[in-house]
Amino acid sequence: MSEISQWKWTSSQEALIEFEITIVENCHMSIYPVISAPPFDPECEQNLQLNAALVADWLVAFLKDEIRRRRGFEKAVVGLSGGVDSSLTAFLCTLALGKENVYGIRMPYRTSSSESLEHAQLVADTLGISCRTIEITDAVEGYLKYEPDANSRRRGNVMARERMIILFDQSERLSALPVGTGNKTERLFGYFTWHADDSPPVNPLGDLFKTQVWQLSRHLGVPEVIVNKPASADLIVGQTDEGDFGISYPKADRILFYLLRGYSPDRLIRMGFNESEVQLVKRKVDTTHWKRHMPTTAMLSVTSINDYYLRPVDY
Amino acid sequence: MTFRILTAQIKPKKGDYRHNLCKIGDVISQAASMESPPDVIVFPETVLSGYFLEGGVREVAKTREELFKDIERVYLDATPGETGKLDLITGFYELDDGKYYNSAMYLSLGKGKTGENQSGIVHVHRKFFLPTYGVFDEKRFVARGRTIRTFETRFGRVAVLICEDVWHSITASIAALKGAQIIYILSASPGREFSGEQVGNIAKWAKLLPAIAEEHSVFVVYSGLVGFEGGKGFTGSSCIIDPWGKTIAIGPAMDECLVVADIDLDDVAIVRAGSPLLTDLEANVGDLAMEMDFIARGPHRI
Repeated sequence: MSEISQWKWTSSQEALIEFEITIVENCHMSIYPVISAPPFDPECEQNLQLNAALVADWLVAFLKDEIRRRRGFEKAVVGLSGGVDSSLTAFLCTLALGKENVYGIRMPYRTSSSESLEHAQLVADTLGISCRTIEITDAVEGYLKYEPDANSRRRGNVMARERMIILFDQSERLSALPVGTGNKTERLFGYFTWHADDSPPVNPLGDLFKTQVWQLSRHLGVPEVIVNKPASADLIVGQTDEGDFGISYPKADRILFYLLRGYSPDRLIRMGFNESEVQLVKRKVDTTHWKRHMPTTAMLSVTSINDYYLRPVDY
Repeated sequence: MTFRILTAQIKPKKGDYRHNLCKIGDVISQAASMESPPDVIVFPETVLSGYFLEGGVREVAKTREELFKDIERVYLDATPGETGKLDLITGFYELDDGKYYNSAMYLSLGKGKTGENQSGIVHVHRKFFLPTYGVFDEKRFVARGRTIRTFETRFGRVAVLICEDVWHSITASIAALKGAQIIYILSASPGREFSGEQVGNIAKWAKLLPAIAEEHSVFVVYSGLVGFEGGKGFTGSSCIIDPWGKTIAIGPAMDECLVVADIDLDDVAIVRAGSPLLTDLEANVGDLAMEMDFIARGPHRI
């Protein structure tokens, strides 16, 4: 005779644990309940979860410190693309400096989507910050007319660099510091134009993966229509980031999380991540280290700057 | 013996020794004007220069004598005509005999009844564990301290440790075994990991510091730097913890503030009477020393 009772309970980690207790009469043998750690789930987002309220406070404090105290500016200028990164950056700058001190600049090219412009305006209206539109079409084509064969990559780079020319000039005009919008995922993938998107001297989002940018954006109330749309550099009609990468942001971020911690690709594959996706992510990071550095300088002396002569940026 | 401790969690101006000295003066001045002024003021690690200096260490480092003279002058300016006494602990980059250190100085300031100078350096601790990983690069720029000392003060036998020193529980054990009843900890702890309820390193300190106090039945006084240095923000959270491991006063993570508490050193004996862990440790020190010696000789994987 045996009596079987079934128990189900949920641990604090939300892992569902089931076990059976078997009591066998007149017998000393018994089966003990087994409690196992939950198996690894490659789809689990937990590692990328932020305490968004804490991060928001931290980044606002960071912006106040970098812009006001250290660099002596009261104002910021942000290029508003209508995408989630620049929208979130504008939200953070507004919290840090006040809406009257944040200038949004829309810099459309003739092929830019009208949705991008509308979403940039929506951010400006939501925050109550000023928003100016400066078309880059004439400037870009003033050069590209001499380069009619330029492919889309070259054309995209020219647009990105033209936008930086404008942003820095507006910075000078407005006495407002340009604030960068690049996130950690695109920085790791090298998915930006060197010395263009990455050139503003202050960047609040650079250590946040894209999926974390989404979390923080939802927390701060960036309009859902912006957070939910597919991310796009909007340099070519119909372009999306994920289409360019060949992998979705959530998948890429989960792999990047472990790769950056030092897990080998082999281990990630053993853990259940897709092999070709792991290789793709690893390759993108490995081939773009140069984009995350200053230009390589030939070292000749024992006072070579940044090799021997080391001073922090805020010294 | 009851006395008042103040830990001053302030933002230094990077590389600006004079400015930071003035800030120390401001704190002394505010403390002196309090209804009941503190007896001991504790400043954070590297408060006279900021923490991340790289090669800038050589431009801001001071000898202990230079720093003592400067703080004494600031103290005299901040407390004109008073005849009280003040113990003060501060972090600084130290130059001594051609080497640089990340140090903390305990000094005693004061004038006698007739106004005669009774100030002096009581002790200097040099950071024993120099973090050199991730965002940290201390071994590249400073030499490490070789000792963990305790010393007598007007307020009992104490030890001063710096930041990573206490991330190894053995340093606090040594300080307690050498008779410290208060462990002063100076820190510059940059915030990282934002997934939990608290910033990751604050959560770490919140486990570590009460554990030290509780294990050895000592008071723990923690002074943490605040402010951002080139995007890296220090997490303050200065606190005073009693020998039961209870945090009796704590400051916020980001803002400058003065955290004050009255402590009664008699508590140490009360806690130890009920939980004589330190006595147990003392009794086993001989065997532990042999184990350590064995490890130090190399075959520690056995």
